[in-house]
Amino acid sequence: MKKILDTGNAACALAVKAAKVDMVAAYPITPQTSVAEKLAAYIGSGELQAKYLPVESEHSVMSAVAAAAAVGARVFTATSSQGLLYMHEILHYAAGGRLSIVMANVNRAVCAPWCLYVDHQDGVSQRDTGWIQLYAASNQEIYDSIFLAYKVAEAINIPVMVNYDGFLLSHSMMPFEIVDQEIIDEFLPVFQPDWRLHPDWGGTFGNVTPSDEYAPFRNRLADDMIKAGELIKNYAREYKELTGHWHGDLFDVYRPEGGEYFLLSMGSMAAEMELAVDILRKEGIPATGLRLRVFRPFPGAELSRLLPPDAKLLVFDRNHAFGTGGGVLLSEAKSVLFDRKDQVKITGQVMGLGGEDLPGDYLAQKAREMMEVLK
Amino acid sequence: MSVKIKDFSDVEYVLPGSAACAGCPSTIALRIVGKALGENAIMLMTPSCAVASIGLLPKSCYSLPTLNICFASAGASAGGLSLALDALYEKGRLKGEKPTVFNWVGDGGTYDIGLQGISAAAERNDDFIHFCYNNEAYSNTGVQRSGATPLHAITTTTPLGKEVHRKNVPLLMLEHRIPYVATASLAYPMDLYRKVAKAKSIKGFKYIEIHAPCYPGWKFASSDTVKMSRLAVKSGAWLLWEGEYGRLTLNNPTSLLAKGKMELLPVEEYIKSQGRYAHLMKSPDKKSYLAELEEEVKRGLKFMAGRAELI
Amino acid sequence: MSKPVVYPLSQPANGAGGPTGTWRTERPVLSPEKCTGCLLCWIYCPEGVISKKDRSINYDFCKGCGICAVECPKKAITMVKEGGQ
Repeated sequence: MKKILDTGNAACALAVKAAKVDMVAAYPITPQTSVAEKLAAYIGSGELQAKYLPVESEHSVMSAVAAAAAVGARVFTATSSQGLLYMHEILHYAAGGRLSIVMANVNRAVCAPWCLYVDHQDGVSQRDTGWIQLYAASNQEIYDSIFLAYKVAEAINIPVMVNYDGFLLSHSMMPFEIVDQEIIDEFLPVFQPDWRLHPDWGGTFGNVTPSDEYAPFRNRLADDMIKAGELIKNYAREYKELTGHWHGDLFDVYRPEGGEYFLLSMGSMAAEMELAVDILRKEGIPATGLRLRVFRPFPGAELSRLLPPDAKLLVFDRNHAFGTGGGVLLSEAKSVLFDRKDQVKITGQVMGLGGEDLPGDYLAQKAREMMEVLK
Repeated sequence: MSVKIKDFSDVEYVLPGSAACAGCPSTIALRIVGKALGENAIMLMTPSCAVASIGLLPKSCYSLPTLNICFASAGASAGGLSLALDALYEKGRLKGEKPTVFNWVGDGGTYDIGLQGISAAAERNDDFIHFCYNNEAYSNTGVQRSGATPLHAITTTTPLGKEVHRKNVPLLMLEHRIPYVATASLAYPMDLYRKVAKAKSIKGFKYIEIHAPCYPGWKFASSDTVKMSRLAVKSGAWLLWEGEYGRLTLNNPTSLLAKGKMELLPVEEYIKSQGRYAHLMKSPDKKSYLAELEEEVKRGLKFMAGRAELI
Repeated sequence: MSKPVVYPLSQPANGAGGPTGTWRTERPVLSPEKCTGCLLCWIYCPEGVISKKDRSINYDFCKGCGICAVECPKKAITMVKEGGQ
């Protein structure tokens, strides 16, 4: 293992190389572009034995990797913002078709108006496509999440989106540790699907399906999505044993001891939130940070387990759930905690849209405002 | 290369009892295409009559491995699939000969919603054959106009007849200077078979467009599908040609028609039994409409013959 | 560790569109003495229900489109109304 200093996009590309993918298709979009460039360079130089398809749009990106996954190739792509939105139709197809695709989504605000900087509207808008969604908070976590994503996607036949914040992570240099190739190979052996779209296997994939046949396919995807939570936990531990790298399983919990106020968020703002927790603790407020690593499947039971009786949950959303008065995480948290019989209180705020800076003291101030609301 | 019908394989790639309409041009064409390609092939389809023809899961009328992908996806999906196969064969993950990858897509998925992806695959020279079976409308959804619907034809969204010309997508493909592009007709099965076999033997992007008269869409008798294909070629409403890397060759009988060595059948002979043109035939301006359509045919022949002379 | 195939897959089968012979209002009938074996009926059949070997017709699935009767150069196939006299 060796430590290097590089950007989040570089960490992502290095991990994809180590995952020995067979094919990459990508369409450039800020701030994802350098992932595509680096992978094209690795493939061009022969460092990565794979094929690169320079397609003409993101809709075509997902169409290409979905078909490539159907022949049993390990595939990768990366996108951002409008690119992810443009893929939306094929995101549903890929999940419904149970295709083991891994994609990085470098989170960026959506238009209109145009904005190049981070928020999570792109990723959370794909909530119900049937994709597993991970959110990383450091370049090391981006790197490690790519392997976890392939491991899970190939085990349970559900595509995985690895989200990380545009510019804040994608373009920021941070030290991270590269895992030895033999260890990666052990964790992530060659993909051996149990069916391929190929004359040796045969079959017509995805033709028109009557209602009574259709529902079981969709319900099985829903059930397997729930099961994916356990898989993620298990594989994260397996990876930790092999590499020593650990970012938490479904949540990364910061200063759990005696927590009364729980600050929930995801992405790099959740790492910043640790500073807010420190500030609040200094003021004598028993604050705990809950950084959500897995947005889909939403770890409701885990969240409930982390919250003691009468806990107060403060939700920091970097997105809007339009028409609900808050963000998506707030809606999700409220829905999964609805059945709690005790007096768990929940409130939330939307912030950090379009890359608005969220330093620790600002987040601490937001936490205090939310605490006032809950009084 | 000369092929006779008796030499065509008796292996069937469209199985009896499909959900296609009686007299469907797509299944006729696909039977011939399958025989020319053989068993080592992978087919992709986008929403179309050919998909509606499959029947319902868990059954399929197609015996080749088939991917039903989304409407605008044909170009990218076939390109991605073919490239992934290259990777898997190079790495030894799959053994033997790489299957022929081909799209079986209508004019909707080719001329309109799918054009961007197909153009991009052609420009990249992705290794697959794109077949467009062109029935000149969105027949699957009940016959709405497409970019391939010809002038004056009635569809459910052009109730007074289409007021503008169709596109010439095969010509666009020729100008992508791909390794092979051809047009074909059901009425000339040996020509179709030869073109498919040729496309199969070439690496890179190949485009074959097959004229596919649709009896419910065009409103003629279901028994006349092949007859209508023949009339289209003989009247010059559909031209047979092929091109390699931008070099164009007209095929017979189109070539003979262009040289004046064979007389063009009047367009009226082609359109008079098609209900989609009935309003022209009943119109007091019938003569001027027919003259306009004759002019359109002559322009097409002159243009393509001239283009064949260029390079 | 083997797991069930989860993909939405169909397998090739005759009659994937149902017993399509029931769609027919007219049936093609071959007069073998007129047939020269040119095979145009076989290659033009949209359903592939005419045998290449002996031109026998699979009426379970023949939809009765009549293309074979129109295309036969020897008029060896005639379309006969279904449903008796």
